[in-house]
Amino acid sequence: MGIIINKNTKAIVQGITGTQGTFHTKLMLEYGTKIVAGVTPGKGGTQVLGVPVYDTVKEALEKHEANASIIFVPAPFAADSAFEALDNEIKTVVIITEHIPIKDAINVMAYAKQADATIIGPNTPGIITPGECKLGIMPVHIFKPGEIGMVSRSGTLTYEIAASLTRKELGQSTCLGLGGDPITGLNFIDVLEMFKNDKQTKAVVLIGEIGGNLEELAAEYIANENYPKPVAAFIAGRFAPPGKRMGHAGAIIMGKAGTAESKIEALKKAGVKVAEKPSDIAEVLAKALKA
Amino acid sequence: MKLYEYEAKNILAKYGIPTPKGELATSPHQAKETASRLKPPIVLKSQVLVAGRGKAGGILFADSPEQAEKTAEKLLNMNIKGIPVRSLWIEEKIQIKKELYFGITIDRFQRNHIAIASAVGGMEIEEVAARSPEKVIKLPIKPYQGFRSYHARLISRKMGYGGNQLGMLEKIFTSLYRIAMDYDAELIEMNPIVETNEGTFIAADARIIIDDNALFRHKEFKERVAEGEFTQQEIEAMKEDLAYVKLDGNTGVIGNGAGLVMATLDTIQLYGGKPANFLDVGGGATSDKIAVALKIVLSDPNVKVLFINILGGITRCDEVAKGILEAKEKVGMTKPMVIRLVGTNEEEGKRILTEAGIFVFESMEEAAHKAVDISKQ
Repeated sequence: MGIIINKNTKAIVQGITGTQGTFHTKLMLEYGTKIVAGVTPGKGGTQVLGVPVYDTVKEALEKHEANASIIFVPAPFAADSAFEALDNEIKTVVIITEHIPIKDAINVMAYAKQADATIIGPNTPGIITPGECKLGIMPVHIFKPGEIGMVSRSGTLTYEIAASLTRKELGQSTCLGLGGDPITGLNFIDVLEMFKNDKQTKAVVLIGEIGGNLEELAAEYIANENYPKPVAAFIAGRFAPPGKRMGHAGAIIMGKAGTAESKIEALKKAGVKVAEKPSDIAEVLAKALKA
Repeated sequence: MKLYEYEAKNILAKYGIPTPKGELATSPHQAKETASRLKPPIVLKSQVLVAGRGKAGGILFADSPEQAEKTAEKLLNMNIKGIPVRSLWIEEKIQIKKELYFGITIDRFQRNHIAIASAVGGMEIEEVAARSPEKVIKLPIKPYQGFRSYHARLISRKMGYGGNQLGMLEKIFTSLYRIAMDYDAELIEMNPIVETNEGTFIAADARIIIDDNALFRHKEFKERVAEGEFTQQEIEAMKEDLAYVKLDGNTGVIGNGAGLVMATLDTIQLYGGKPANFLDVGGGATSDKIAVALKIVLSDPNVKVLFINILGGITRCDEVAKGILEAKEKVGMTKPMVIRLVGTNEEEGKRILTEAGIFVFESMEEAAHKAVDISKQ
C-alpha cells in the first residue's frame, strides 16, 4: 500500500545515461525498484547497468510495460521529456530536475491534468514507499515501512525528519517531496487527500517552508474536512529575511505573505501539532497517535 | 531578474503599448538636453531596483531644461536605500485623470498565470487587496487557451470602461500578456496605467521580473547581475551555483538543501544565537564547491564560528570532509568549526575530519547548541 507507488510500479528512467541518471538508477535498482528501461536520445541500443536504453519513450514501451517515469534530464529539455512520457500514457512522472522555467512547468502540469496523470516535482527528491519502491534520490537507510505518511517541500529536511522518525521506530507508509520550485505537480492538499484514503497511513507529517500560501491552504483544508488522521508539521524559515530567496525558488517572503508565522498560526488553528525543531516531530507524533 | 523601469518601458513600447515619451540620461548635461527635446514639464525618475524610490525622493519634476539639469545633478548624487543612482529616465509629464492597475503573475496553487487588475492604481496592489479586496479583479489564465481579447474586455467592463476605450484597453492588456509569455515574466505590471484627460491610456510605470530559470532563453539579460539586488558575496555565490544570503549575525552557516539550511538558521536562533548567513551548497557538492562556500562565508568579518550541517542524500560525506580540509588550508582558516555530518559514506567522512582534529556531531541540535556557545564566548 502507501500512495502513488508500490511494489507493482514499473518505471523507466529518462536521462539514464547522465551521471545523476546512472548513479541513481543503480541505487534504485539496489532498493528493489523495478526499472524496465531507460531513455536517452542518441543512446538507443546501449545498456546501463543491464537496463536497455532506447532513443524514445515510445520504443521503450513497445518492448516493456511501464506505468511510471523518473526524469533526470537537464532543465531546458525536462519539460519536453515530461510531455513525451505523458503522451505515452505514463500516469506517474517524477521530475528530479530543478530550475525548469515556470512557463514550461505550468504547461506540463496543465497537460498532465488533462491526461489524468500525477506529476511529482520538479526539483523534488522523489517518492519512496519504504520496503516496496523508490523513485527518487533519497538515501534509503533512513526509511522503514510503517504508518506515517510524509509530504514535504524540502529534500534534506525530509531526510532529517524521516531519520528521526525511524530512530523512534515510527515507520513510514510513503514519503514524497512536492518539490522546491514555484510550480509543482502536487500540493499539500492533493497529498493529504491521498493519505486520507490510504489504509496503511495512520498519521501525516507535513513539512513546509516560507513562501507562497500552500501551507495556509492545507490548514484550511484540514479544518474544513475535519481531517480524520492526526497531522504534525514543521515549517522552515521562521527567521528568514523578507525579499530574499532562501535557496528554493519558491522560498521567498513577499511583503507580509509567505511568512512562517502565518503558516504556523494557520496550521495550529486547524488543530495541527506544529513542532519547534525537526527532531520534535517524532515525539509530537507519538503523542498524537496515542491520543 | 528584475528589469529597470526604462528597460520594461522600452519593451512595452516595442509591443505597441503607449508609454510616456522619454530618454535615459546619465549626466546632468544630458538631462538638460533631453529635457529641451521633450518640452517640459518633465519627470526625472531614478533607475534603481529597490522598491519605494518615490517616497525616498528618487522621483522629481522639472519645468525647464535648466531646472532639469540641477535636479539631475541632485538625483545622480543620491543613494536610495544604499544604492547609488547612476541613471535617470526622463520623460514627459502626463495629465492624469485616473490611475489604474493591470498586471500578470503566477498563481502557484492553481498552477497558472493570473491577470490582476484594479480601477485603483498607483499604490501597491497588495495594499489595495488588503484594504478593499472587492476592488481587485482576478482572472486565471488557462495555459492552453491563453489570455484572449474577450478576457481583456471582461476586465475592462469590470473597471467601468466601455465604448472606444474598450478597444484601447483590449490592445494594451493582450499586448502585456504577449510580453509576459515572450519574456518568461514571473511578474509584469503597469502601475499605474493612466487614463488621460483625453480618454486615452498610457503606462506611466512598468515593472518586469523575468523568471531566473528561463534566462537561458533570454541571453540579452543572462550575463547581467543587477546592482543593488545582491551583495558582492551573493553574486560570487551565484557564479558557483550556490545559494547565499547575507544575514547580520556571527554564526556562519553552510548546509546542503534549502529546507535544511533554513531549519538550521531557525535552530541557531532558537538557542539564542544569530546566523551570519544562509548558504546552500546543494546536492552533489564537490570539494571545490565547499571551498568556495567556505571562502564566501568567511569573507564576512562578523563570522566568529562556522557551523557546517551536511545531511547526505546525493552529497557524499567523504567528499565534503576532504573539501572542508582542503578549503580550510586554502583560505587559511583559523576560526572554530562545528560540523554535523551524516549520510552517504558517513564513517569515512567522520574519520577524515576526526583525524584532522575537528569534532563532528551527529545531531543537528547538539551541533547548533555548540556553535551558539562558541559564538557567545
